[in-house]
Amino acid sequence: MRQTIVRDVSDLPTYGYGPRSGPWWGAMGFMALEGMGFAVAIGAYLYLYAVNPSWPIGASPPDLWPGTVETVIYVLSIIPNEFTNRAAHRQDLAKVRIGLIVMALIGIALLVLRGFEFAHLNTRWDNSAYGSIVWLILGLHTTHLATDLGDTVVLAVLMFTRHAKPRRFSDVTDNVFYWNFVVLAWLPLYVLLDWVPRL
Amino acid sequence: MSIAAEPNDLRDDVLNGLQLSTQLERVWRTPSGWMGALMAVDHKVVGRRYIVTAFVFLLLGGILAVLMRVQLAGPEKTFLSADKYNQVFTMHGSTMMFLFAVPVMEAFAVYLVPLMVGTRNIAFPRLNAFSYWMFLFGGCFLWISFLFNVGPDVGWFSYVPLSSLQFTPTKRADVWAQMITFTEVAALAVAVEIVVTVFKLRAPGMTLDRIPLFVWAMLVTAFLVMFAMPSIMVASTSLILDRLVNTRFYDSSSGGHPLLWQHLFWFFGHPEVYIIFIPGTGMVSAILATFARRPVIGYPVVILSLIATGFLSFGLWVHHMFVTGLPQLGAALFTASSMLIAVPSGLQIFCWLATLWDGRPVYRTPLLFVIGFIVIFVLGGLSGVMVASVPIDTQVHDTYFVVAHFHYVLIGGAVFPLIGAVYYWFPKIAGRMLSERLGRWNFWLAFIGFNVAFFPMHILGLIGMPRRVYTYTADMDWAHLNLLSSGGALIFALSFALLLVNVIYSLRKGELAGDNPWDASTLEWATSSPPPPQNFDRIPVVKHRDPLWADSESLPVVAGLSAERREVLLTSLAEAEPQIREASPEPSIWPLLAAIATTIFFIGSIFTPWAVLWGTPPMAVTLIGWFWPTGSKEDEE
Repeated sequence: MRQTIVRDVSDLPTYGYGPRSGPWWGAMGFMALEGMGFAVAIGAYLYLYAVNPSWPIGASPPDLWPGTVETVIYVLSIIPNEFTNRAAHRQDLAKVRIGLIVMALIGIALLVLRGFEFAHLNTRWDNSAYGSIVWLILGLHTTHLATDLGDTVVLAVLMFTRHAKPRRFSDVTDNVFYWNFVVLAWLPLYVLLDWVPRL
Repeated sequence: MSIAAEPNDLRDDVLNGLQLSTQLERVWRTPSGWMGALMAVDHKVVGRRYIVTAFVFLLLGGILAVLMRVQLAGPEKTFLSADKYNQVFTMHGSTMMFLFAVPVMEAFAVYLVPLMVGTRNIAFPRLNAFSYWMFLFGGCFLWISFLFNVGPDVGWFSYVPLSSLQFTPTKRADVWAQMITFTEVAALAVAVEIVVTVFKLRAPGMTLDRIPLFVWAMLVTAFLVMFAMPSIMVASTSLILDRLVNTRFYDSSSGGHPLLWQHLFWFFGHPEVYIIFIPGTGMVSAILATFARRPVIGYPVVILSLIATGFLSFGLWVHHMFVTGLPQLGAALFTASSMLIAVPSGLQIFCWLATLWDGRPVYRTPLLFVIGFIVIFVLGGLSGVMVASVPIDTQVHDTYFVVAHFHYVLIGGAVFPLIGAVYYWFPKIAGRMLSERLGRWNFWLAFIGFNVAFFPMHILGLIGMPRRVYTYTADMDWAHLNLLSSGGALIFALSFALLLVNVIYSLRKGELAGDNPWDASTLEWATSSPPPPQNFDRIPVVKHRDPLWADSESLPVVAGLSAERREVLLTSLAEAEPQIREASPEPSIWPLLAAIATTIFFIGSIFTPWAVLWGTPPMAVTLIGWFWPTGSKEDEE
């Protein structure tokens, strides 16, 4: 077939931010399906809650402090996260480095707290169906926390190497975006795990 | 940083003709040799592998079906033992659903969607390669286990309590659960790739109302995968946890509930039917337009039907559970929704009939399979409306009536369009036509064989023959119909053997296809057959819903993309306005290594929970290797 050039795209940029870029939509896709995973797990919790006459089964509700402290940190972490986001959009390498290090430290702190939360659930996974679903949901969210932490650490290291080039700032904004999902996913889980058993 | 073009960057606007093709081929080709093959990220290479692998699993699953039909051909046969029969029907269902039907549809999408939207590679090509390896390893894992007599034997839906440790103390149910995890990871990855490819990689000007119907169908399917499959992953994970670390999800003595399994399974399992069927409708729309020689009537109706079907498919799962003692309101609601979904499917059927009616149909093999689809699928739909009603379902539940129904829907709704699609797109993929004469034999054997095999099962079910029995006694009076059915199954199997012969023969001796042998209208036919590694020398600009029919002489294109490194054009979501020239990943060995690490993790965790601990670092290392910049030019801008 004969080709007729009707348009020139050589002036277009080679990377972009947000919904203009491909990876942003990729992250969006994975958040959608992982969000569905959380929704299904919540559904399973509520199903077991509905079919059992007593809840929690053979245990007292989880101690409140680890989950509550985590929730406060999650919500506050939005601030340094947004700081990192803005620095990345301005392509300010020094501030992005600081932001990523702070976010990595927050991730580590939350992971340690998560250890305490497991210890203070007051049930084991093999005690009852209640214990099983609580451990499953908390484990599922911990996987997300750990994955994002890993990603943040790798990006932070990357930004101290010769690979810290402009297109990496777009990767940083996607990492920021994903962290917001980890936070957002936690809030209903906090209510479900810590408060529903107290109803 | 260089947002504007570097002056020494070689662009496709300064090259022309053969010079441009050769230069782009050099940039986009898959490296040669074994290592090159293992590093491949070209969607056509991966797609072809995906298609061939899925068909190998079809062959294996088909052989199992023949074994079952031999066993059931007469009363009290001893060809298969009861235990072997349990494994065989479980393996048949699991293979067909998880290793053939879903993967083959996604495989066609992997190959065709980037070509049809006019781009050079799929979004996230390395994830695509990873997905293929996961699918391959998961399938091999299931089949190797089967050959070692550890094949699952608890049905393709693996109901608890049968699949719990108490009643299945062997590893058989674990193999099933972990195979699920493999294939779902693979399917979810492809779903995200398809969504992003359709959203961001469409050729400029391909607005939402110019997207080919096949691509629309695959987009809806991708969303169904994304929202249905997490449920089965939660299910298979909780099952394996119950079996390995004594969680109590399904243990009714500790607050667990067996019906939770059925809800989780069918919340996935019902949309699964549409994950298999909707791509079939996309194939039908593509083939029908080409051979009716006119665009499909009611383009917006078809798209809205696809989307409506997608939504409704999430509201039907409980009709698989009518005999579990539901509250009456629940049963009524799910009966209504089950009947409701016949409406959008019916709308599509009428659009296709109208297209045929108004067109000038050319009855080549692909169209024959489409017509076979319409007949068989409508019959399956009718028995579907019957079992949607609780009283009838209660009567025929777990009988051969249901077996007949879902084979009419699945083989009619998906396999007939699929074989039509093989005849239709084989010339594009292989560069040669399949034999038309063998194709006609193939169709008639398939059509007659299928109906002879499966229609008698309706009657067998109505006169009381239950599913999943390995034999029956002579005084049940089921022998004649079973023998007839087995005869039909052999004819049906023969039709697939003929397809295989046709493919092997035509790969060597088939007539050369040329770019557009069917005079079709969509973009995959605007490039050579098989397409070059770069798909198109220049990215097309779309000005019409049927671009090649609107102008068959010349193709409007864009210029200005790099000719010395891999670059694709990103466009806006709705209007497909060019936005970014984005780098597309080079071949890499890391996806394969990541898949191997994940495989060790998954299989190890069947045997010890500690695999989660020692299996994670290798996965992390391979993922970091995958994403770490290589220092190549496109990584460093």
